[in-house]
Amino acid sequence: MSEAAMTQSDIDVAIQLIGMHKWYGEFHVLKDINLTVERGEKIVVCGPSGSGKSTMIRCINRLEEHQQGQIIVDGIELTNDVKKIDEIRREVGMVFQHFNLFPHLTVLENCTLAPIWVRKTPKAEAEEIAMKFLERVKIPEQALKYPGQLSGGQQQRVAIARSLCMNPRIMLFDEPTSALDPEMISEVLDTMISLAEEGMTMICVTHEMGFAKTVADRVIFMDEGEIIEQAPPTEFFENPQSERTQLFLSQILHNG
Amino acid sequence: MAIVKTERHEDLPPPVSQTGVIGWMRENLFSSPLNALLTVVSIYVVWWALSGIISYAFINANFVGETREDCTGTGACWVFIKARFGQNMYGFYPVEERWRVDVGYVLAAIGLFLVLTDYVKNKKWPAIYMFVFVPIVCYFLFYGGSFGLPVVETSQWGGLFLTLVLASVSIFVSLPLGIVLALGRRSSMPIVRMLCVGFIEFVRGVPLITVLFMASVMLPLFLPEGVNFDKLIRALVGMSLFSAAYMAEVVRGGLQAIPKGQMEAAKSLGLGYWQAMGLIILPQALKISIPSIVNTFIGLFKDTTLVLIIGLLDLLSIVKAGTTDKEWVGMATEGYVFVAAVFWVFCFGMSRYSIWLENKLHTGHKR
Amino acid sequence: MTAEAADLEVAKINKFRDPRIRAIFYQIVVIVLFIAFVWYVGHNTAINLEKRGIASGFNFLSQPAGFGIGIVLLMDYSSQTSTHLDVLLIGIINTLAVSISGILLATIIGFIVGVLRLSKNWVVNKIAAVYIEVIRNIPLLVQLMFWYFAVLSVLPLVGDSMSIGNNFFVNNRGVNFPAMIPSTGFWVLPVSLLVAIVASLFIRNWAHKRQDLTGQIFPVFWVSLALIILLPVIASLAMGNPFTMSYPEFGRFSIKGGWSMEPEFLALLLGLSIYTGAFIAEIVRSGINAVSHGQTEAAHSLGLRPSMTTRLVILPQALRVIVPPLTSQYLNLTKNSSLATAIGYADITALFAGTSLNQTGQAIECILITMLFYLSISLLISMFMNWYNKRIALVER
Repeated sequence: MSEAAMTQSDIDVAIQLIGMHKWYGEFHVLKDINLTVERGEKIVVCGPSGSGKSTMIRCINRLEEHQQGQIIVDGIELTNDVKKIDEIRREVGMVFQHFNLFPHLTVLENCTLAPIWVRKTPKAEAEEIAMKFLERVKIPEQALKYPGQLSGGQQQRVAIARSLCMNPRIMLFDEPTSALDPEMISEVLDTMISLAEEGMTMICVTHEMGFAKTVADRVIFMDEGEIIEQAPPTEFFENPQSERTQLFLSQILHNG
Repeated sequence: MAIVKTERHEDLPPPVSQTGVIGWMRENLFSSPLNALLTVVSIYVVWWALSGIISYAFINANFVGETREDCTGTGACWVFIKARFGQNMYGFYPVEERWRVDVGYVLAAIGLFLVLTDYVKNKKWPAIYMFVFVPIVCYFLFYGGSFGLPVVETSQWGGLFLTLVLASVSIFVSLPLGIVLALGRRSSMPIVRMLCVGFIEFVRGVPLITVLFMASVMLPLFLPEGVNFDKLIRALVGMSLFSAAYMAEVVRGGLQAIPKGQMEAAKSLGLGYWQAMGLIILPQALKISIPSIVNTFIGLFKDTTLVLIIGLLDLLSIVKAGTTDKEWVGMATEGYVFVAAVFWVFCFGMSRYSIWLENKLHTGHKR
Repeated sequence: MTAEAADLEVAKINKFRDPRIRAIFYQIVVIVLFIAFVWYVGHNTAINLEKRGIASGFNFLSQPAGFGIGIVLLMDYSSQTSTHLDVLLIGIINTLAVSISGILLATIIGFIVGVLRLSKNWVVNKIAAVYIEVIRNIPLLVQLMFWYFAVLSVLPLVGDSMSIGNNFFVNNRGVNFPAMIPSTGFWVLPVSLLVAIVASLFIRNWAHKRQDLTGQIFPVFWVSLALIILLPVIASLAMGNPFTMSYPEFGRFSIKGGWSMEPEFLALLLGLSIYTGAFIAEIVRSGINAVSHGQTEAAHSLGLRPSMTTRLVILPQALRVIVPPLTSQYLNLTKNSSLATAIGYADITALFAGTSLNQTGQAIECILITMLFYLSISLLISMFMNWYNKRIALVER
């Protein structure tokens, strides 16, 4: 199985999950996950809570470890090899539900920390890059403020800029708007949409179905640790095939 | 283009090397070469220490006997503790009157059980029993002089009994005193506030020994001719005042955590200051501060040993006196290990209780 | 009653119900009571002092003390001529000596044990936990007496000293080390050490600037360490090793030469460090735990290695939580050094509030001066803490 996967052109395939399983102790949290993400594809992952969606994407940058199966990112297989893990983490950026900005550093320092210490970029150059991305997310004037002084929406945009400063080829979003007040959700979603339009490969775990309809190439539904259904958004929302997908959609769209 | 899964995947057990004992050991003990080395070295050190301790304290030790001659082994001579057990527990309290102390212990134990555990829900009667009835009864029991009981002067009180008396009385006095000081410190009246802050900061800045010296040596000077204070009472005054200052800071922390809105709500319901404090603010503040309060109690319990320095015969002091007894020279290790063990049991027990209490009260706070 | 009279009545009653007037009234009562109390106590004290023929005032400070002291550092002391003021100073020096050494040792022990307590290695973690739980729940005085009476006095007599190598002896009169006795030219050693330290600071500055410009990271720590160790060694060799070693050797009844550390000091140091170290370990552990796990995850997902993550993200945040309770432990250690009285170490409490007090009978002055000393230390530490907290406070809305 692994031979066949590797002979495909590595340049086109960004992420491959092959027969991946994960257990928390005795609990089988991810069951036989098979997923291929091509470069430039935008994937939205949805499903009820506890379905393993966050766990799955956290396995991709090794914040969680899988016990069986293969994860191949950018042609590099993810194992216990620390060098490979570091390589992968440089190429994959992550945005968290609770932002996780470094409170003791300014916004600018948050963004330049990794380029300086990981890619060994000179400070002036790192700051230039950081300002460029802060402008992209439309808050360059906050550069010298501390995270505690910003609103939730601003903090999340800084988090996105911070990840982008490392020039990742893939971006992972773990429920990026779930911790935000409603009026701030759209500013973050807009940023993500513009990122998508530039061709970034994205996997996004979210409940924002509007975003899925606008941007996603594929919507994936997960339940109880398995991928139940994958389809382009129009097909997914108008003609869900599995019963469980239908049930989930009826619950979500009722309230959304 | 849609891909759909129709059958549900079964739940499989995890691979053997990941779970169970082997998986746990791989994860926690041997996850890397350095880790494995650390584990091996640590296990060796633990085994070496434990085997030394067990052979000293149990295998080669003497448990049976009455006198020094019975200490034949190369290990600990626990006979020393046994032989002087009476003094260690009661000091010089007359042997035939020791039942009074035991009765007091039983009464207090019952009270503690009722107040601290969950078996009785309504705490009103247990509280009255424990904080009014038991202290009064114990006073008459221990000191005597009425109801036909002969007097036993406090100079004869000693050992674990004295330690417990010191700790209980100081705790009993320092909590209400600390609350008053904390409220005073937050008062809007500048004079009251200054006096309270001054007292608290002064006491917290000096070692307990100096406070005990002050109580022991200076108190007789402060009082008019003829008024004599028991040495024990002087020590109790010193310890209670000392502990009250620390308690005040703990309560102050709890009070600060209560939102201002609580007092505002109470006032808008028409409650006066003391009513609001007693019914609304203090109960919440104290509940939040319980772990810190228990920690202060544990500290106070350990601090009772300092009375050795002013000549009171608490447990540590009596055991120390035993080690200098002609017959038992050289028993210092056994003596101090024994004292350490007794204190450890009490203090560890209190800290476990505090954790249990905190967990229990936390569930009440969850939304 | 006319309407105006009724108004006046109402006004009068309300004046007293006015909380501000009540507050003033209460405070006047408090002041009066306080002054009365102070006067009462003062009056009694004056009478009692006179009755017992005890002097007052601070003249005694200039009178000769007339007793011997076990450990005297940094000063000359003679039981004939030195005054009580000298005794006070020696006590202060001794207290500071054991407190500062204790603080250093306790911090090292505490940080190591605290980090071990967080280790993923179960055995190491539990060993640290046992250490903390056992030491914290046994009174310090018991531990001190254990170290002094049970451990140190069980050490062999001088004649049978335990030895490590040929130059390091342990017996019941203390520990004996070889000592360095300076001869001409010894000044190069401390000077070169100073030079090394200053050079390290310059290197650190230079390395930072270089990193800002080129992005390259320079191993400042290792280079500084090497400098600080090697420079004095080289300087010493260059000057022909300007010192003689005095090795402890057996005389007829004692060990001569070298430098010895008294058992009282050693027991107090050990007891204080091990006890306070357990508390510091808990502080370190909860400080590091207080940094949310998400910080580590964010740093890792940016590609930062664990060592970088700890240094740049975790430690700065953890230290903010650790330093305040840490300084209060330092204060506790300094106050706890007063337990020296129980094992015969000559700290300020044992000397001044002990022996001097007994000699002169002037309890009030002696105890108050001693308390004043501890209060000053306490004040210094509080001021430092306030300054530190202000400086590193996280900036929020």
